[in-house]
Amino acid sequence: MKITRTVTAALLGATLLASAASAKTLVYCSEGSPEGFDPALYTSGTTFDASSHPIYNRLVEFETGTTNVVPGLAESWEASEDGLEYTFKLRQGVKFHSNDAFTPTRDFNADDVIFSFERQWKEDNAYNQVSGGTWEYFGGMSMPDLLKEIVKVDDYTVKFVLNRPEAPMVANLAMDFASILSAEYADAMLAAGTPEQLNQAPIGTGPFTFVAYQKDAVIRYAANADYWKEASPLENLVFAITPDASVRYQKMKAGECHVMPYPNPADLEAMGSDEDINLLQQEGLNVGYLAYNTQVAPFDNPKVRKALNMAIDKNAIIDVVFQGAGVVAKNPIPPTIWSYDESTVDDAYDPDAAKAALEAEGVTDLSMKIWAMPVQRPYNPNARRMAELMQEDFSKIGVNVEVVSYEWGEYLSRSKELDRDGAVLLGWTGDNGDPDNFLAVLLGCDGVGKSNRAQWCNEEFDKLTIEAKQVADVEKRTELYKQAQAVFKAEAPWATIAHSTVFMPVRPEVEGYKVHPLGGHIFYGVDLK
Amino acid sequence: MLNFLLSRLMTFIPTFIGVTLISFSFIRVLPGDPIIVMAGERGMSDERYAELRAQFGFDQPLVSQYWDYMTGVLQGDLGTSFVTKKPVFDEFFALFPATLELSLCAITLAILLGIPAGVIAAINRGKFFDRALMSSALVGYSMPIFWWALLMIIFFSGWLQWTPVSGRISLMYFFDDVTGFMLIDSLLAGGNSISLFPFEADGPFFSALSHLVLPTIVLATIPLAVIARQTRSAMLEVLGEDYIRTARAKGLPPSRITYVHALRNAMIPVITVIGLLVGTLLAGAILTETIFSWPGIGKWMVDSIYRRDYPVVQGGLMLIAVMVMVVNLTVDVLYGLINPKIRKS
Repeated sequence: MKITRTVTAALLGATLLASAASAKTLVYCSEGSPEGFDPALYTSGTTFDASSHPIYNRLVEFETGTTNVVPGLAESWEASEDGLEYTFKLRQGVKFHSNDAFTPTRDFNADDVIFSFERQWKEDNAYNQVSGGTWEYFGGMSMPDLLKEIVKVDDYTVKFVLNRPEAPMVANLAMDFASILSAEYADAMLAAGTPEQLNQAPIGTGPFTFVAYQKDAVIRYAANADYWKEASPLENLVFAITPDASVRYQKMKAGECHVMPYPNPADLEAMGSDEDINLLQQEGLNVGYLAYNTQVAPFDNPKVRKALNMAIDKNAIIDVVFQGAGVVAKNPIPPTIWSYDESTVDDAYDPDAAKAALEAEGVTDLSMKIWAMPVQRPYNPNARRMAELMQEDFSKIGVNVEVVSYEWGEYLSRSKELDRDGAVLLGWTGDNGDPDNFLAVLLGCDGVGKSNRAQWCNEEFDKLTIEAKQVADVEKRTELYKQAQAVFKAEAPWATIAHSTVFMPVRPEVEGYKVHPLGGHIFYGVDLK
Repeated sequence: MLNFLLSRLMTFIPTFIGVTLISFSFIRVLPGDPIIVMAGERGMSDERYAELRAQFGFDQPLVSQYWDYMTGVLQGDLGTSFVTKKPVFDEFFALFPATLELSLCAITLAILLGIPAGVIAAINRGKFFDRALMSSALVGYSMPIFWWALLMIIFFSGWLQWTPVSGRISLMYFFDDVTGFMLIDSLLAGGNSISLFPFEADGPFFSALSHLVLPTIVLATIPLAVIARQTRSAMLEVLGEDYIRTARAKGLPPSRITYVHALRNAMIPVITVIGLLVGTLLAGAILTETIFSWPGIGKWMVDSIYRRDYPVVQGGLMLIAVMVMVVNLTVDVLYGLINPKIRKS
């Protein structure tokens, strides 16, 4: 039995934050428990917050607070002319963490990069099936189709060879699933017969080392003194798992934590006027939408879809459903993403014009279903309420709406069906800050019957997004994506509803915390006054 | 007594098989596919879906899946969580001590306050104390736990700052689990000090104790109300019996009549209720655990149902059912001890 690390001489008889300040311990009241600590095995942001952000690095990283891709474990990279090869020069002298069962004997090198990807990719890799590896993100980003081979050129040079040009490739490598693990640790755990330790006692190169996890209660990290960048000013980082948002707020007020995510919208006003809380905010990298089934009459007619869009009072939705914590969406990508077309003119809210437009198309006595998600998401905190508001809006133009819902798994699966009856409320949170991650995935012809819930396949739109994916020049890509957004707006396969605003309450003594547009909570670079 | 115990134990086997069958089929009857839930909005290709179905064994007939599951159970393998990829058995026993500790504290508080309150209400039937107590019990029983817990936190933790908001122990203290019971582990960790004049208590044990106060009160609220009401009505019934009148006529002191003659006989239905309450508490107090960030099995089970994490739901339900069966057996034994007639029958 030992009392360790965070327990210092100041331990007895002091309040937590008094002690925390002396030991520079930041307490983050997280919203849930991580599923594990190997980011490639999971898809939830809660798990990434606890694993990939504090413990690991990637070849390239998203600069905190932006979607810019900056060097990580790779010092530099270059793409071949044909866009089929990406060569990464690796950083030298990067140390892996150690724990009771493992002390690294070498620095990070190309073997770690190859191991980190091949375990997700190749079935003959000893780690492919460990911990029930399903590698959802690796598959979801089409990496198995995209990758031809990963070549170790030398100890500090790695080349990714692709089957086709893919402009978002580098951004993909900044995603959590592309975190770099230690091949040496993996070998050691395999030899010891405990390969699942990779997921339970993580070893990375990141700014914090993993100390302990008490399930559903606390995760503890200590600053990595050998970090390849400047060491974190914080000595300890503690995640106090607190599932209830009201309780997180009470803990912030009582000084039991310094930072909390996902406040209750109803508490925002009080937080804004609370001297003990700084309420940071940023527009989220997400979009909430209503997808019509464009393969079923009368929704196969763009004019009908446009007319319905004109009947939706989006401002009322922002007020009621988002309680003001969101902005009206006019494009299918959020304003924080490059290539967002500011010049797009949204369909004005005009029930009379909407009714007239419907009548002009010969649509009278229309009855339709609106599907409301049974779960809360940042892009739609209350789908049922949103659907009811739309029901009311549509009734004003003579459209009768039935609101339906299903269990979440059923909802996801049935909403993909080509002959689906009704328009579906859904949304998306960006993975890599690339417009392709929204436009091609959600609206491309390949996604019909899958992630393209509007079942919308438009030749012109598809051509533009495919071309944009294959050129490296960002200006050219921007131009193509703007054209694609114009096609989208004219065709209106969705009613774009809202982009939510992300609020982060932090205590005044916290310095340097930045709200990350990709949704992660990152504590490297944060300090306590 | 041995025959009585053996006959009770024999009922374990069919109940156990019934529980495994029910938990196995119920989670599968619920709409929702764990693989689709796992993939979320991102979805997956049909090939990948088929591959994962095969990997999880969902492509096998249900009978064969059940057979595989039971074979594992009989060998002590409850399967591995789809989500955390950890053995269900390990996860359960990492969390169960927290639930057990909180449940025991809550039920103890409920018994210690509920039985005397019921007795006092019964002997003061119709008087102010009885009415006040029974009205409070009704309020306690009807209280929305979520609201009640937040109210307690805002008042005691926020306003008075007497108790911590949530968790099991202050984050300052960090020691290895020995028993999983925080009160015991924090005592073993050492570093506790107490002085009476002026009163000061410091160290991990007192931190753990202070963290237990609010969740114990909140979790005990409903059981306390139920036990008080049950004790009152059982006492009223017994106090009207002929043998009590005889005891009074014999001139026995009222306290002896109440606490020895009446209470012992009134205890049978109360113990039944306590047994049922303990069973419910052991299944996890979902709301209390969620609000107080208490790392127990209640929230773990509910999350698993939402995620359609079949092995956790099956295994968790089975282990909880075993615990409840053990509690029921204990209650049966207690009946036997209190009332020899039951033992003989």
